[in-house]
Amino acid sequence: MKEKLQKIKDEAIKKIESSNDLGKLNEARVAILGKKGELTAISKSMKELLPQDRPAFGQLINEARGEIERKLEVAKAALEAKELEMRLKREVIDVTLPAKRNKLGHRHPNTIALEEVERIFVGMGYEVVEGPEVELDYYNFEALNIPANHPAKDEQDTFYINDDILLRTQTSPVQVREMEKGKLPIRMIAPGRVFRSDEVDATHSPSFHQIEGLVIDKRITFADLKGTLEEFVRELFGKDTKVKFRPHHFPFTEPSAEVDMTCFKCGGSGCRFCKGSGWIEILGCGMVHPRVLKMSGIDPEEYSGFAFGVGLERIALLKYEIDDMRLLYENDDRFLKQF
Amino acid sequence: MKTSFAWIKALVPELNVTVQEYMDAMTLSGTKTEGAEKLDADLERIVVGQIKKIEPHPDADKLIVCQVDIGGDEEIQIVTGAPNVAKGDKVPVVLNGGRVAGSHDGSKVSGGIKIKKGKLRGVESNGMMCSIEELGSSKEMYPNAPELGIYIFGPEVEVGADAVEVLGLHDAVIEYEVTSNRVDCFSVLGIAREAAATFQKKFQPPVVAKTGNGEDAGDYIKVTVKDSDLCSRYVARAVKNIKIAPSPEWMQRRLAAHGIRPINNLVDITNYVMLEYGQPMHAYDLDTIAGKEIIVRRAKAGETFVTLDGQERALDDTVLMICDTEKAVGIAGIMGGENSMITDKVETMLFEAACFDGTNIRLSSKKIGLRTDASSIFEKGLDPNNAMLAINRACQLVEELGAGEVVGGAVDVYPVKKEGRKIPFEPEKYNRLLGTDISKEEMLAYFKRLELSYDEAANEICAPSWRQDLECDADLAEEVARFFGYDNIPTTLPTGEATTGKLSFKLRVEEVAREIAEYCGFSQGMCYSFESPKVFDKLLIPQDSKLREAVTILNPLGEDFSIMRTIPLNGMLSSLSTNYNRRNKDVRLYELGNIYLPKQMPVTELPDERMQFTLGMYGEGDFYTLKGVVEEFFSKIGMTGRISYDPDSGRPYLHPGRQADISYGGVIVGYIGEAHPLVAANYSIKDRVYVAVIDLPEIVKFASFDRKFQGIAKFPASVRDISMVAPKDIMAGAIEKVFEEKGGEYLESYALFDLYEGSQITKGYKSIAYSLTFRSKEKNLKEADIVSAMERILGALEKMGIELRKS
Repeated sequence: MKEKLQKIKDEAIKKIESSNDLGKLNEARVAILGKKGELTAISKSMKELLPQDRPAFGQLINEARGEIERKLEVAKAALEAKELEMRLKREVIDVTLPAKRNKLGHRHPNTIALEEVERIFVGMGYEVVEGPEVELDYYNFEALNIPANHPAKDEQDTFYINDDILLRTQTSPVQVREMEKGKLPIRMIAPGRVFRSDEVDATHSPSFHQIEGLVIDKRITFADLKGTLEEFVRELFGKDTKVKFRPHHFPFTEPSAEVDMTCFKCGGSGCRFCKGSGWIEILGCGMVHPRVLKMSGIDPEEYSGFAFGVGLERIALLKYEIDDMRLLYENDDRFLKQF
Repeated sequence: MKTSFAWIKALVPELNVTVQEYMDAMTLSGTKTEGAEKLDADLERIVVGQIKKIEPHPDADKLIVCQVDIGGDEEIQIVTGAPNVAKGDKVPVVLNGGRVAGSHDGSKVSGGIKIKKGKLRGVESNGMMCSIEELGSSKEMYPNAPELGIYIFGPEVEVGADAVEVLGLHDAVIEYEVTSNRVDCFSVLGIAREAAATFQKKFQPPVVAKTGNGEDAGDYIKVTVKDSDLCSRYVARAVKNIKIAPSPEWMQRRLAAHGIRPINNLVDITNYVMLEYGQPMHAYDLDTIAGKEIIVRRAKAGETFVTLDGQERALDDTVLMICDTEKAVGIAGIMGGENSMITDKVETMLFEAACFDGTNIRLSSKKIGLRTDASSIFEKGLDPNNAMLAINRACQLVEELGAGEVVGGAVDVYPVKKEGRKIPFEPEKYNRLLGTDISKEEMLAYFKRLELSYDEAANEICAPSWRQDLECDADLAEEVARFFGYDNIPTTLPTGEATTGKLSFKLRVEEVAREIAEYCGFSQGMCYSFESPKVFDKLLIPQDSKLREAVTILNPLGEDFSIMRTIPLNGMLSSLSTNYNRRNKDVRLYELGNIYLPKQMPVTELPDERMQFTLGMYGEGDFYTLKGVVEEFFSKIGMTGRISYDPDSGRPYLHPGRQADISYGGVIVGYIGEAHPLVAANYSIKDRVYVAVIDLPEIVKFASFDRKFQGIAKFPASVRDISMVAPKDIMAGAIEKVFEEKGGEYLESYALFDLYEGSQITKGYKSIAYSLTFRSKEKNLKEADIVSAMERILGALEKMGIELRKS
């Protein structure tokens, strides 16, 4: 019996070691350890032995089984590793083939620019508000210190619906609507569409967008206006951008200023883009005229404030180096896809 | 506004800066300069030469050889083809190595033309004699220049002198952007006053002493202003024994630099004073004035008048006229009449300097369709005090130029004298507004430079009458700021109560709309708000449709931009059409833009502006692709309830069998469909076009960004499939409605998994199959829970004529 066991064991080990894939290894396992396997058969024949010999032989069988099982384990691990290696080799792909992209749409450059501006001002505690595009003459002009027959009304080439209703020529009327609500302090920006009767060309459009800003509080100064807009321009066009404030005139602010920034293209040394001056005009601003405050029900002795207006298209054209304003309203996919 | 830099320097003699320095400083103190044209650009080494000898060229009939004295020891030899020179003439000569600005045909050459010595047909030539065009100017500006050939100086000019200097071309014409509030700066004196203040130099305006003879203008003319509301001042003076002649060169030069063509002494004086003082004047032939009386009155309705350009003008009763006792002789502030104009035969003239109402002039000028140099100045609203100064200056020039004998005195109708405005001096207020700490003394120094006087006793600043823009403390603060320097004001950030930065709810919903659309492959377009009324026909909108009631622009850029859109489809379809016709494939666009719905016709109040979220596409994808985008959007803004689609929406611009109104919570919130083939054809798109329009104001009412966690289902789901054969016209929506109504509390969801119409199905029927998922949050569902729900559903479906297929 012992010899027979030894033989079974030796042959089993040989069979295991000669198995070259997991299937054959499994066949070997069944042939040895399965219900009808050789080792199972020999353990069953143990009852033929004398009772006193059975424990010793039982131990021998267990030792043999243990050794076979260990061999099986080792062989299985080796074959699995080999098979994995082969699979990995088989599964090599060409990673340079084209990607399967989800075809995402693109945001209009105006909106991208607007969102940048909104992000800056919302971060500074400004609320984004809106006003009507078809507006009353009162809000667009009169309440902004531009009375009837004021030459500034002609300058702005207004589209009229009737004597009292027009297409707003600026986002400034939103200032008045916001002040009239009577909730102070105010820190707001009002982006929106405005209209002027300019024929369409590379730099003009009868419909474009402005972003109005307004801050009203106690002790707001021109210095605050300078600081705020400097911050804004640097945030939008880069930390090294310099700004210059020049005196100007707007009927609804006093003192008023126009703001130039160093040309982002040449950094201020002068180029074709800034017509050699090194500066680019970027926005208009000023301290809210006391008459405008009064008309909106705010006491100019107690409160002061500043306002500014910037052309959204101007920012978009400058920032993204778009050379023709008409592209913004054509909606050509090949243009939009670049943003 | 333009000024000659040399003229400014003449008025501010100590001004010693370059053109660039001048422009920069003026801009920073509030007189914005736009550019400068250097009149001596590209003029180099040009002197006055005198021709001493002329000989014919040995080998060329059309050339002559001149010996020219240029003020040096030796004469130089110049060969020229000019036909107009003679021995003894003094001419501009450009020397070897010098430059001229253009060629003799008047065209300027960028960078100029370099002149070198050389041989002309074998004869040496050491320079060139110049025409006025070669010097960068024109005969218009130098009327004494000969018709053809070389410019010839007067005999008084010194040989060897700088010819550019003699011609007055060492000058620059500076262009300014003067803002509408600074009427005073539409004059050379106004700009010069600002320059003097900016550079802190002395301002020296012309000194006008008493003019005129011993007679009195009152004996020559009478003035009656009937409509003094439109004419605050009328000054008349008389000049007799007029001698029309060219004006002197210095005056011609200054006019030329400002782009005004010299004509004769009288016209030139009028133009000169208009530039200098910013006061337009007019001259009438006094012998044509009936009754020797000027009457200022409004025109009669229907009156016509022939202006001095020979045109007949129609007037109405708002236009102010200058008349005599019989007839009108001029349109006030705009143009004089043919019947009273100055001719070569004039003996005695009436000089008028008046102040008319700016708004009236502007409106009249528009009405008549005639805008002149004078009217464009008057319409700004002038200072009446300036009128007397200007007319006296003009009379001074008449005397200086010997153009006539000025009659003493003036007839001045000036009922209400305009005084300078008095404004309390409140330095601490200015500092508070500016955020500065400028001393009171410094402020007063700035004001003094601007001729703003300070009354210490009353503590008041008196603004001169020409500074109509100064009214209140903020105005004075600006004067302080611009001379303190905007650059010198500190930069701070606002302090005070903190505020919350945020977007409105509506703007947040729009943000999600953009995100979803872009995620689904739609790019953002922007369209005009106004369009042509013809779009209604293009969109097959019936004549009686309410959509045709649009807000109409009174003064549009043209019919194509004349109404405010009431439907966003034209913009979308036009944009898709642009793309289609440029052969862009598979285009998907979206737009967020307003439509404008009038509340009544005609419009008497602001229209309802409704933000529309419009989606449009052609190429890859179909109706259901677009429907998916709409539903993704709804679910992202918290509209997770049932969305229903009503195919009977009856929208003429959409395919009748492929359109639906979109309803949520019982409200129509938009529509979706395929563009009607005829509409697509109207936009030249030969492909199926799908559009969806969502009305944001309705959506915003339902939207919410609140989310509550529902827990993850703990109990297993039971799934039941239903296969049906249904008449073709029963829509899936009707079947789903049954599921919703009859499904009971455990029906969690349902999904279509098969839809088939074809050979294996009876004609007129379709096979449709749904998978229903039941689940309870509290327990494992028993078969009985599901059976009752299924029975209710199946019963209802059978009632609709739907056959159930057993599987």
